[in-house]
Amino acid sequence: MTIELQQVSKRYGSLTALRAATVRFADHKIYGLLGNNGAGKSTMLNLIAGRIFPDAGSIRIDGRPNTEDAALGRLFLMGEKNLFPDEMNIARALRWAERLFPGFDLAYARELAEAFELPVNRKKIKGLSTGYGSIFRIVLTLASRAPHLLFDEPVLGLDAQHRDLFYRLLLAHYAETPCTIILSTHLIAEVSGVIEHAVILRQGQILVDQPREALPAGSREPLASMLAQEGADLQNYFIKLMEEGAKNE
Amino acid sequence: MELQFEGNKPIFQQIADWLADAIIRGDISEEGQIPSITEFSVNYKINPATALKGVNLLVEAGLLYKKRGLGMFVASGAREKLLQQRRQSFYQDFILPLLTEAQQVQLTKEELMQMIERGYPQNDD
Repeated sequence: MTIELQQVSKRYGSLTALRAATVRFADHKIYGLLGNNGAGKSTMLNLIAGRIFPDAGSIRIDGRPNTEDAALGRLFLMGEKNLFPDEMNIARALRWAERLFPGFDLAYARELAEAFELPVNRKKIKGLSTGYGSIFRIVLTLASRAPHLLFDEPVLGLDAQHRDLFYRLLLAHYAETPCTIILSTHLIAEVSGVIEHAVILRQGQILVDQPREALPAGSREPLASMLAQEGADLQNYFIKLMEEGAKNE
Repeated sequence: MELQFEGNKPIFQQIADWLADAIIRGDISEEGQIPSITEFSVNYKINPATALKGVNLLVEAGLLYKKRGLGMFVASGAREKLLQQRRQSFYQDFILPLLTEAQQVQLTKEELMQMIERGYPQNDD
């Protein structure tokens, strides 16, 4: 169970979103992919999932290039956007997912939706708030039961109670279904207990790639030094997200 | 007893300390079963590897043992063993810092003894 990036670079015009990144996600661990907005986290995840293509380097999933369908079928990315038609209601979208994704567990998806109190019959995709949009995509990702689960800012717009529930359901899923998980987030302190290994990106480069082991409950070295350096940026980013979240409610 | 994490100690150490305290208090009896790694993980939102590391500290110390397919159990004699350890470190961990502070604030030995007397319940006269 391995996702391997070798010297992967991605540019957008004059901006280098990812610079010669070499990293390995493997062995049924929970990884934190951490860093500020614009650090390259979403770019890396979208590259892995084959939604965008690298300018250089190679990406392999369990030894196969991620340009092959068989390789891509072994992962599921909870991206920033919903990929279902706006007019579809949630219950129908879940049934579609069962037909689209081999291995999708519809009964489990319904269980998860109920735990989150997602209004499956009443709501259309476009009527979901930022938070429930995130929850809908969390449900799809977990219920895919794919061996590699990638989450891009999974708790965006979720209230404290739903965030708590997300981490518990994720850990229960992880205990029951062997998988490698990548959690991309700027909320470093919140995931520091959940992850086993931290990959920290900064301006498109890998700053830290090491086990989180023995780091205390709070965000300590080296996460703390990173927070100290970039704390102000993270805070501004968070405020911006809150504003965006409020607009979309 | 709820487990509340604090920032200064590694989580796996806090898991181990929490279990040791629970055994000393008798909340988990000898030959009793401790929560599973998954229960620790989900209840306290921690990585199972971290929970396992904490539990393993007590396994290595002979305080817990594994029954295959059933889970982790408290070894007999574990409570006494823990009490002995805690008593041994009591002088180092509590008495020495107490004496240092007493000297700094210029408490006499008699005053200190009186305070200790005062701290004990009154009913044993």
